[in-house]
Order: sequence, then structure tokens, then C-alpha cells
Amino acid sequence: MRLLPFIASAIATISLVTVLNTQLSIGPTKSPRLGYFLSPQHGFWKNAEKVNTNFDASIIANELKGNVDVYLDDRLVPHIYADNDQDAYFVQGYLHAKFRLWQMDFQTRVASGRLSEIAGADKLPIDRFFRRLGMVYGAEKTEANINATNPEMKETVDAYTAGVNAFIKQTDPADMPFEFKLMNYAPENWTPKKTYLFLMFMSYDLTGRAATSDLQLTNTRDFLGYDLFDKLYTNNQDSLDPIIPKGTVYQKPSIVPIKPINADSAYLHLSKALDIKNIEMPVAPNKNNGSNNWAVSGSKTKSGRPILASDPHLGLNMPSLWYEVQITTPTHSTYGASFPGSPAVIIGFNDSLAWGVTNAGRDVLDFYEIKFKDSTENEYWFNGKWNTAEKRIEVIKVKDSADVIEQIPMTVWGPTMYDAHYQNPQSKGRNLAIQWTAHNASNGAETFYRLNRAKNYDDYIKAISLWTCPGQNFVLATKSGDIAIKQQGSFVARWERQGDFIMSGDDTTYAWQGMIPNEENPTIKNPERGFVSSANQKATDATYPYYLGTATSFPLYRGISVNQHLIGMSGITAENMQALQTNNDNVFAATARPALMKYVQVDKLSPDAKRMLDEMTNWDLVNSEKSKGITIFEIVWDSVTQAVWGDELAGSPTTLNSPDDFILVDQLLKDSNWSIADDIRTKGKVENFKDQVTLGVENATKKLLELEKENKLEWSLFKATRVMHLTKTPALSRMNLPIGGGKNIINATTEMHGPSWRMVVHLTDEIEAYGLYPGGQSGNPGSKYYDTFIDYWAAGKYYRLLFLAKEKLIQNERTKWHIQFKKANA
Amino acid sequence: MKFITTLLLAALMAYAIGIYTSVPWWSFAITNLIVAIAIPQKPLISFVSGALSIGLLWACLSMIIDQSNHHILATKVATILPLKGSYVLLILVTSIVGALLGGLASLTGSFLRSSKA
Repeated sequence: MRLLPFIASAIATISLVTVLNTQLSIGPTKSPRLGYFLSPQHGFWKNAEKVNTNFDASIIANELKGNVDVYLDDRLVPHIYADNDQDAYFVQGYLHAKFRLWQMDFQTRVASGRLSEIAGADKLPIDRFFRRLGMVYGAEKTEANINATNPEMKETVDAYTAGVNAFIKQTDPADMPFEFKLMNYAPENWTPKKTYLFLMFMSYDLTGRAATSDLQLTNTRDFLGYDLFDKLYTNNQDSLDPIIPKGTVYQKPSIVPIKPINADSAYLHLSKALDIKNIEMPVAPNKNNGSNNWAVSGSKTKSGRPILASDPHLGLNMPSLWYEVQITTPTHSTYGASFPGSPAVIIGFNDSLAWGVTNAGRDVLDFYEIKFKDSTENEYWFNGKWNTAEKRIEVIKVKDSADVIEQIPMTVWGPTMYDAHYQNPQSKGRNLAIQWTAHNASNGAETFYRLNRAKNYDDYIKAISLWTCPGQNFVLATKSGDIAIKQQGSFVARWERQGDFIMSGDDTTYAWQGMIPNEENPTIKNPERGFVSSANQKATDATYPYYLGTATSFPLYRGISVNQHLIGMSGITAENMQALQTNNDNVFAATARPALMKYVQVDKLSPDAKRMLDEMTNWDLVNSEKSKGITIFEIVWDSVTQAVWGDELAGSPTTLNSPDDFILVDQLLKDSNWSIADDIRTKGKVENFKDQVTLGVENATKKLLELEKENKLEWSLFKATRVMHLTKTPALSRMNLPIGGGKNIINATTEMHGPSWRMVVHLTDEIEAYGLYPGGQSGNPGSKYYDTFIDYWAAGKYYRLLFLAKEKLIQNERTKWHIQFKKANA
Repeated sequence: MKFITTLLLAALMAYAIGIYTSVPWWSFAITNLIVAIAIPQKPLISFVSGALSIGLLWACLSMIIDQSNHHILATKVATILPLKGSYVLLILVTSIVGALLGGLASLTGSFLRSSKA
């Protein structure tokens, strides 16, 4: 009788299939379906790409109008040669998908608050945050606007979308990216809306910090009182070297924003605590999101032709935000870094000119406090009456759980981000609506489309005039010899401090009084000094007639460093510009170290502290990889700031903004008896800078000795720069990179943040261009091309970029593979 | 002889059905079952032959893939799983998972055949 054993064995088999086919919980994360994942014919093994893969292919796509040839070079950069623009964007979409599909899916999921759908309730805080911020709302408005008014861009985005979807349709599920298998979900079709969501995410990344910092600044002001606040967060930057040189005369403003008469008492000195504590921000863009760019004119170069350099500083991720591409059609030929998720080149050059961007840092996001009539939140108070608040419904799907529904009351300002349903119990009743230029329908995608085709300065000005958000400093250099920079975006004409804190939404008193006309945005062309540059500092000195925003949004020192170097240079070559992009000089420490040394009382220091101070004094002021001096300086500086203002900030129930470094440097240099230096916790004793600096060095020494014991005093070991996979999985990331640089340094490489694309373009007849990003062209962790550029990037080296006409490229020794796209089998 | 035949036949069928990635990854359990019904063997022998068929198939396939990939992905996956970053262990685990299910399916088939007899 074999029936019982049969049943037992059958049950065992089915159970095993079930277990191996289920995602198991491991702590907060879930395992892949193990049987599927390990299956060599279905699972992750399929993504282990042969190191000598032949990428030659022939692809049939009936969406095409003509044929397209793509040649891949030895770095896996595609050079697309198409008979028309739509086909080129179709193929760009196809290639983005082929090499970066998972990342495209994941990034737009983050932007649209759809992580819970694949990862479960754990991700709800992030999803709710982005939904309530109005990310989907903004993307929908842009999509509707482009569909209704911009047929050229609609056609472009549609062609791109069709390309992505052609790849998805043609690809076997077993060949889909590794991460889909790891996280156990399937790719879905691309849509134009996803492209706009991605661009929305860039707006968030580059201007969305205000969604966090406006609340923090408000809390900080409430905690300190405005007078003390204004001392610690002053808007005066004495050492500012603005983008537009000091002394430039600005035209009379067309809008003169008027500060409300009650603003001093009812806004700046508001004592009513808003009690918005403990609003946990699940995410906030990095404060160091910034960049460098500059262009030098022929008068300063060896060749007599301009050179342009651009290196955007963003989170260092794999797969990289960037994907290199050449697009050549009868209308234009362009090379540069593109965004997987969006058509065209974002930072690059064509056969006439080169362009680059840095973040403007201007405040384009404000909060207004809303009064609702009752708990239904159906009506809110504005201009003396109750107004209807339409509810925007956002449905968040949650894996293994019920949908979560957000009902967002829409106001004249924008979505009510915080209300009774979205904040913690302590803050019940406080309602904050958000007004953000990113919510306005945008034609921003067209800016890059036009820049790809621009021939001269006028084309560049026309292209960037369409740009609204996030505000950028667009730098330009042309073959014909022009250099220029313009800060462009849709900027609010603000009175001083307008929008730094939460404002009253009761009526129009605190409303935006107008947007600054494009013609009045800071701009400069072919200046006498022979260069233009920007590094996220304030665009102008105080004579510019509009308020740029709180000084804490504008880092000072990189700009000073860039300009100091450029002023001193002549006979410049492309190699000189590479060296400047990777320069590690610390101009901040050059000012701050002597300022500290003025006050330190060496005779009161312990022997260890003396030893550390000696090493710091002998440091060469360069943030090089092996330097110990910079590590000591950083920790001493932090310690001194703690000693100086740690007491003022102590005791707040919420995280307060840390005052900026320049504030303390300026005070140390002024040799003033700054009242903040006193430790207010010691009664009957008044500390001064001498006491605090000496204490700071002594406190720092404790930490430094620990680091010394762990052998982590060397800068790169202490800093531990890493390029993280988007899922934060260390095994898929590159950790502990040997690289110098840091905050305030032109080579702005910090722990997880830094130059995300370095580009130098020499505008000679045949363009000489160099570049690379910390990543690789393939997004597949199983590919040899996944992290190809990282070591080179860390070492400060560059690749010569191949930018050639089709015939020349085919013959080039670096050209390796050919992918043919055809309409149908001929 | 029967042992080798079932082993090879099951491996071949598992490989063949695996080419069709639209069917579930565990389809080889069914092909193993069919082979075990078609060619009856003692339960234990059936289990061993079924286990070896899939175990060896999966070991060979993953080893070939891993070799031409220079262990790039296996090393990463073996860190995530966690198998101390050892591609050898990962191939072993892959093979054992396949073997276990392949063996159980064949065993079930052999019981089914003998219960009918």
C-alpha cells in the first residue's frame, strides 16, 4: 500500500514549491521568491551578463518612420544616428529601458508615492509625504498643458514612451532587470506622465528642501525669538563673491514687493508657537545638492577658444541618475548626459555650443497656514469668507494590505499638505497649504530639447526662457566665442524674509506679489574678466532689487574658490579645467584656521590636544585623500561651533537648523565680543571665544583619539565616500572610495554626495570633450559595465568623449557594436 | 541503466520546459513527476535520480553562467543572501534547492506509480 507515502510525498512537494515561491520576511525586508530567484533559467542567474557580451543586435519596431543605427563604444555609450528626431527619441527610450529600466520604474515610483505598492506598508510615510506634497498633482498639470499646447514636445515624449514600451514588449520576463526579481514585482508600461513625474522629482530634489527647512526655520525662530534668530541666521554674507560680479548695475525692478505693514509683529516676531514639532520628514533633499559650472573665454585659453566645465553635485547613486548618449539627426547632433526617464540630453554639447547647469537655490516653495471651518475641511477662510476646498483624492495601494486614501483639501495657495489627517497628535488643528512653482504646468522639458538644437547665444536665451522650476544657472560657451551665464527660473518677487517662515493664509497680505520677469533674472555675457562661473552662491550682491532667499540656502566658499582660481589662470587647457574640477583646496579652512588659531590657548591644552593642533596647523589646507589634517580640522571646527552655539540651541524638542559656518568665521575674524560665545548655561561666568575655541579643541581631541585608535584619521577613511544602490543594499554599492574633496571644496565629494557628472568641453572646430560620472552605462549589477567609471572618477581622471559623424565613428577603433533598428524585416 | 536514463531524461525535460520562461519556474517538478511515473523505480532510487537530475542541471547551468560572468553577480548575490560572498556556496545552494524539489517530485511520481500497481 503506497497511498499514504504518496500523499505525504505529494504534500511535501507542494509545500516546498509554496515555500520556495513565497517572499519570506527577514526583519523589515522581504526575501525574493527563493526558488524563482535561484532558478538558472528564470531568476537572477539570467542577469549575470557575459563579460564578453556581444551587444550587436537587430531590432524590428513598427513604430519607427525610418531606420536607425546605434553604435556602442567601448564604454557602452550609444551613438544614435537617426533619419528624423522622433525615431531618435524612440531609440533613446528603447536604450534607456534596455540598460536602466528598473531604475526608471523605481525613481518614478518614489516620485509618485507608489513604493508601498511593491514594498508594503513600511514605505507608507514616504508615499504619503510625496502625495501630500503634490508631486502627482504637478506632473498631471504639466502633462495636461503639454498635451493641449505643445504638440512638438508631446510628439517627442510620446516617441520616447513608445521606445521604452517597445523594449518592455520585446523582452522576455526572465531577462528583465535583476532588481525586479529581487523585489519580486514586474515592470509596467511607461507613460508620458512618468516622464513628467521624473522631472517633478528633480524639482523636488533641487527646490523641495524648503518643504523641510521652512518648518525648521519657523521652529528655530519660535524657539530662539526673532532677534537671536537673526543673529545666528543672518542674511549678510560679508565674503560673498556672487555669480554676477559685485558692482554690476541692475535695471529698475518692474515689481517692487511691499512688505506687509504688520509683518514685523505678526510675522517676523510672531511669538505664537505653531507647535508643529515632531512632523517627521521621511525624506529631505540633501543640503549640498549644488554644483559648479564655469566657462572661460578664448582670451584666457591657450587655443583662443572657450572651454566650458560643468559638474552637478547630487546624491551618488547606482544605477546613476545619468546616462551618456550621442543623438545625431538631420536637425542636430548632440552629446552629453541624459536622464533615464526623459528624452534628449540634459547637460552636454552640440556641434555649435556647450551648456551646463547648477542649482540656483532660490526659494520657490512656501507654506501658508489655513483655517478650516470644521473638521470636514470642506471650507477654509480666505479674504473674509469661507471658501470651498475641493478634495484631491490620492489612492495609495499597499502590498498585502488595504489601500490608503489621502484626501487633500485644495486651496487658493495649493494642496493642504499638513492637516488633521497628516501630522501627529500634538499638532492637531494646524493646517499648512503649500505653494510651489513646481505645481505650475511647465514646458521645462522643451528647454533641453531646444538647447540640444541651439546654434548660438540667442537660441540659448530662447531655450532657457521656457525654464521655470527648479531655478538653474545655465552656463554657455559657443564655438563662435561667446560665454554667458544666466540664472533662470520662475522666481517670486519677494520682500526680505518673505516665505522664510510659515505665513498666514487668511488673506492676500502675505501672498506672492508677482513673478520676476525673465529679462530681470541675473545674467552676464562675455564679461571683461574673461570667465563666468557659479557654485550655488547668491547670484548677486545686495544691489539686486529682489530678495534671493535666506543666506543658509547659498554656500559661499566653493564659489570663492572657483573664482580665485579662474582669475589667476591664463593660457588655459582642457586638462587645467579637469584639474580645477577635481581641485581639493580648502578656502574655508584657509580663512577659518587662522581665525581659530587667534583664540586657542595652547598652554591650557592637554598634550594630546597639542599634538592634534600641531598636525592641524601643519596641514597644507588641501582635502587630499590621505590627509589627517583635514579630519582634525573638521572635527575641531564642529566642536567649536557646538561650544559657541550648542547652548543656545539646546533644549529644543525639535531638530533646529544648524547655523552656517560663515556666521562663526565672520564673527571670529571681526574679533568681536560676540554674545553668542557665552555659555548661557554657566551662571555667573561669561565665556568668550578664547574659552570656547580652547574647549572645542579639547573636546575634539577625545573624538580624534578614538578615530586614531580605529585607524580612521585619514580623510578618505573618515569620510567613507560611497555610491549607493537605490535600494541602499551595500552589496550592490561601492563603499569606501579612495577620494578627497568635501564640503566647501570644488571637488564637492562628501559621504554620499558629490560630482555626479563631470564634463569639460573645449569648443575647438572639432569639439574636444571629456567627461564621466560615478557609475556605469549598464544599470545591471550583473554587468561588467555596472560600475566601470567609478575608480576612474575617484582618481580624478576623465574619458575623452567620442563625438563624431557617423562615417568617422564607424571607423573609430573605440566603436565596438552595432544595433540596427528597422521598421520591418526587409 | 534505468537510473541513468531517468536522470538524463528528467534533466533534459527540465531544461526544455525551462526555456519557456512563461511557464512557472517550478515546472520541472511536473516533468520529473511524469518521468518517475513513466519509468518506475524504487522510491529511494527515484528520489536520488530526480534530485541529481535537477541538482546537476542547475549546478551546470549556474556554473557556466558564473564562469562567463567572472563571478560578478554571484559574488553580490552571495553577499545579499547571505553566503559570505562565496559564489561556490551560491552555486551549491542553487543546486541543492533544485535537487530537493526535483527529488521530492520524482519520489511522489514513484509512489503514485507503485500505488497504482
